[in-house]
Amino acid sequence: MAYMHNILELKNIGYSYHSLHGETKALKDISFGVREGEFIAIVGPSGCGKSTLLSIIAGLLTPEEGTIIVNNPDGSLHYPKIGYMLQRDHLFEWRTVYRNVTLGLELNHKMTKEHLDVVERLLTDYGLDKFRDKRPSELSGGMKQRAALIRTLALEPQLLLLDEPFSALDYQTRLFVSADICRLIRAAGKTMIIITHDLSEAISLADRIIVLSGRPAVVKNEVSVNLTLADDSPLAARNAPEFQQYFNTLWEDMTHEN
Amino acid sequence: MKTEHKKELTKQEEFVKMHRRHHHEIASWRTLLFVLFLMLWEVSVRLKWIDSFFFSSPSRVVRCFVEQLKYNSMLSHIGVTLFETLFSFLLVLLFSLLVSTLLWYSTKLSEIMEPYLVVLNSLPKSALAPLFIVWLGTGTKTIIVAGMSVAIFGSIISFYTGFQQVDAEKITLVYTLGGSRRDAFFKVVLPGSVPILLSTAKVNIGLALVGVIIGEFLAARKGLGYLIIYGSQVFQLDMVITSIIVLCIIALCFYKSIQVIEHQIKKKFKM
Repeated sequence: MAYMHNILELKNIGYSYHSLHGETKALKDISFGVREGEFIAIVGPSGCGKSTLLSIIAGLLTPEEGTIIVNNPDGSLHYPKIGYMLQRDHLFEWRTVYRNVTLGLELNHKMTKEHLDVVERLLTDYGLDKFRDKRPSELSGGMKQRAALIRTLALEPQLLLLDEPFSALDYQTRLFVSADICRLIRAAGKTMIIITHDLSEAISLADRIIVLSGRPAVVKNEVSVNLTLADDSPLAARNAPEFQQYFNTLWEDMTHEN
Repeated sequence: MKTEHKKELTKQEEFVKMHRRHHHEIASWRTLLFVLFLMLWEVSVRLKWIDSFFFSSPSRVVRCFVEQLKYNSMLSHIGVTLFETLFSFLLVLLFSLLVSTLLWYSTKLSEIMEPYLVVLNSLPKSALAPLFIVWLGTGTKTIIVAGMSVAIFGSIISFYTGFQQVDAEKITLVYTLGGSRRDAFFKVVLPGSVPILLSTAKVNIGLALVGVIIGEFLAARKGLGYLIIYGSQVFQLDMVITSIIVLCIIALCFYKSIQVIEHQIKKKFKM
């Protein structure tokens, strides 16, 4: 089963920030695998280095210690194509929605029919077709996130990295948008790593949760999530009988420093 | 017949009405102030409270302006000053855009240049004008350089500051999508700085006018600055005051035209 296959393996990753006042160790000895098609949530206290870890996986930072091993199913060695979603949607107000979602293609000189067809299909599927000539400010919070997702998916990444992508939304919108976006990513058959400090969000979205400790961050626990879902509403996961148990486990991990 | 009641205004209509009334009120006060000033000026001259030889008067200004138009080619003086100002303004825009772009590309360069820019910006540029005359002679070249010298350093600093204020995460976004530093500049930094570019331009056109007049005081045989100096030397204060009033009108027109351009650009980009 492809699902069990580790496409990436992080081995003893370490990273420090340097300033004239000294060295701040952000990550220490982080190791875990990323399976194909899997949704991983990384939780941990704020400022523990979650974003640093994501930047390393994305290739924006080079780890000071350790390696990332690529292990493609077909045996090739190329790094999986990464799609990165930041905390805010960062749609450009001086561009229309359409020119925002095609930004990645434009930057990679891939404005070909083949790629634009993908964008076209996503716009229709995600209900943004009618808003293509609008400005981002005319969209609702949820639609902006969908537009940002199309911008990311247009480059057809294999691995999606989400850095607290819903933290700018109000609570109610956040429940719907996070469930919505993750459903769309699952439907697209992508692998995903999401950073969040919201334990409920992690439990309801992820297959596996990696708990990091405070600085310097080490992997404190890994929890596989199996929920009995009544339906596929955004609240279903939160109403699952196992939810509270997972929440308590994670809460213990987060609050007991050792 | 006025039997029908006036229709009740909704809160929205009432708000719009109040808003309009407020604007009319401001505009009327502005006009009234201007007319009162002109009347007071004219009356105090007529009643000999002040000497018209030194202080001129609105009617004398109008007469002087018409005479200058007829016998002294006022229009060409205005034209020269306008041309010199616009030309140095455009050069300032071009140069400061270029330099601030370079500074943005190289953090090291901007760190090296910072103290120089700050010192040059706070230097009174009129102190440089005599040097320009020696180096470049008397003529249009000197005046345009004088015009540029007043605006350029401040303009570089504002542009560069504007570039730096662009959200760093938006630049990261460009990198995560596989863009280069060049992409970051042209897709994010430059379009994101348009409001600052516009507001700096608004200030710069006024500064260019200041510089051009300083230049014309010292090194010209044409232009409003020359007319002012000439008028003061031959004690024709009507000519001096008329030129100053024309300068006021030019400054107003510059400001208004940039405002119109700003409005057009903002409308185009729906900012």
